[in-house]
Amino acid sequence: MTLLVLLDHDNGVMPEASREALTIGRQLADDMGGEMVAAVIGALDDGVIDDVAEEAQKFGAETVRHVNHDLLTDYGPDAWAECLRQLADDVDAEAVMAVGNDRGNEVMAFLAARLDQPFVANCTTVTDADDDEWSMTRLQWGGSLLEDATLSADLKLVSFGHHAVPAEPAAGAADADVEEFEPELDDSHTITMIKDRTVQTQGVTLSTAPVVVSGGRGVGSADAFAPLEELAELLGGRVGCSRAVTNNGWRPHSDQVGQTGTRIAPEIYIATGISGAIQHWVGAMASKKILAINTDPEANMVTKADYAVIADLHKVVPAISAEIRRRREG
Amino acid sequence: MRILCCVKRVPAPGAKINVTEDGQQVETAHLGFTTSPHEECAVEEAVQLTEAQGGEVTVLTVGPPEAEEQLRYAASVGCQNIVLVPTDGTPLDPQRTATIITETVQSLESDGGEFDLILFGNESADSGGFQVGVRVAHALGRPIVNGIKGIDIEADQVIARREVDAGFEVYHLPRPAICGVKEGINLPRYPTMKGRLASKKVELESVDTDADAGGQLMVRLHRPQETAKETAILGDSEDAAGAIVDLLEELGVMS
Ligand SMILES: Cc1cc2nc3c(=O)[nH]c(=O)nc-3n(C[C@H](O)[C@H](O)[C@H](O)COP(=O)(O)OP(=O)(O)OC[C@H]3O[C@@H](n4cnc5c(N)ncnc54)[C@H](O)[C@@H]3O)c2cc1C
Ligand SMILES: Nc1ncnc2c1ncn2[C@@H]1O[C@H](COP(=O)(O)O)[C@@H](O)[C@H]1O
Repeated sequence: MTLLVLLDHDNGVMPEASREALTIGRQLADDMGGEMVAAVIGALDDGVIDDVAEEAQKFGAETVRHVNHDLLTDYGPDAWAECLRQLADDVDAEAVMAVGNDRGNEVMAFLAARLDQPFVANCTTVTDADDDEWSMTRLQWGGSLLEDATLSADLKLVSFGHHAVPAEPAAGAADADVEEFEPELDDSHTITMIKDRTVQTQGVTLSTAPVVVSGGRGVGSADAFAPLEELAELLGGRVGCSRAVTNNGWRPHSDQVGQTGTRIAPEIYIATGISGAIQHWVGAMASKKILAINTDPEANMVTKADYAVIADLHKVVPAISAEIRRRREG
Repeated sequence: MRILCCVKRVPAPGAKINVTEDGQQVETAHLGFTTSPHEECAVEEAVQLTEAQGGEVTVLTVGPPEAEEQLRYAASVGCQNIVLVPTDGTPLDPQRTATIITETVQSLESDGGEFDLILFGNESADSGGFQVGVRVAHALGRPIVNGIKGIDIEADQVIARREVDAGFEVYHLPRPAICGVKEGINLPRYPTMKGRLASKKVELESVDTDADAGGQLMVRLHRPQETAKETAILGDSEDAAGAIVDLLEELGVMS
């Protein structure tokens, strides 16, 4: 019984999501009574491979397969899926899994399409991985709702929701062997390969900011975001917003928090003039603390927050900035 | 240019999502319906592309007869053709949905010619399977990339851009191509009165197709556990600023 786990990386940098994938993979492989093979795809320096292998081993992989080919110049879902298909064959995998981020889900969908097998995206738990038919719980509505499902397939293809478990090193991890694997690829697999990259933002992003100061419809206009910008800057954070705001064209969509926006996890989320619709909440709920500023004490954002101020945001937000300045100067 | 957009009718819940007693569907007694913001943006993108370069937009949904509402909405913002594959409303698994869409595309193309571009949402709002578009693309033998926030059409290729943390990844897809679109690619327009009136006259094409169930079976829906929270009220005016900054200091985010 072999479980093949895809490790995401961007030019050799492994996101936390890959450590999560390994953590879940280790559990799943144990449940299946089998072995976990981790796959890393692409042309990477030896040093990077060693780092990845060390991580993979720490999180419980018995074997690391480095998949490489001249045509693997960057990420491409077709090529990555084809690599996984051939590798799954080579290691005689019973199941293949990835973490449910954009790339993980995309590659798994390509693999599923190619094999004409089902693919269950964004699972949170699999209960009986030793049976022919698996039972699992998965995310619907971006995590606002759960679905119990079953999966019957020759090769089980699943992804696990990002943040479904915290990454945890495996107990008693032994040295993992790195073995090279050269797939057979041709030009038909590189049609969807990244051709170019443009770099835009640097530094703290919405998904990594320690403080997010968000505004909703209650802010009232694009200009009225200036005091929120100021507060965010004083706290080394970023400005976020609700969909009502992006829909009005007051802020770019890259600022939107929620199901179809960004998932955030700051130390504190300051949500002002936001009612807290479920699709917004699901993007904000991983915040360590939430402070809602709203005129409506019954607003969902208020009743679900750790702290609230029931008042006009246009008065409260500038007052917070003024108080911060007063303390810093004083 | 011929563009096809695939959209899915979903309920529009507010503060929370309730599930019917048998756990088979979202309780929709008091809810309106909509399509995912991603799909709304796909429709807007298709309309903008054809406004700039000529051509027409077809919108397709697989769903209950009531999904005509979402198709008419798309017509009211500028789509010319609307196609419904009627179902009894029971949720379909992604493999089955993909097969139905593939067959419908083939039948639409044999009547009206190839679609230069097919747009999907990045994921459906409710079931979020992240795969229907990819399966359809594979079955049609066309390239697809997901998560697209920028599209340029050139003579023989589609330049598609995907936003990542640091910027954009750029893909060059030979035409005919398929993209999974993300909200933010554009700002969808609201229907005008004229658009609304015109949409009533658009003829609804109904296509009967079905397919076998796939290997993923839904058993039941349920809400995640919620831990009841006591909200600490820090004040009811700007005088709360002192208490808020105390809190920020306590959380260590003031440094
Ligand atoms: C499939 C789907 C996906 C979606 N994805 C997202 C998403 O990713 N992100 C998202 O945000 N939404 C999303 N939505 C939309 C969501 O359902 C809500 O419509 C949206 O979040 C509402 O934004 P809002 O809270 O700013 O506006 P409203 O609901 O209008 O709330 C405004 C709030 O401001 C308060 N207020 C007004 N004036 C003041 C004042 N002066 N001071 C203080 N408070 C004031 C009001 O009391 C109210 O609570 C999605 C919807 C669907 C159907
Ligand atoms: N029933 C449906 N009818 C039309 N299009 C659909 C349907 N279900 C899914 N889609 C399309 O496929 C995309 C991906 O869906 P999913 O794989 O469920 O996340 C959606 O954003 C829609 O564009």
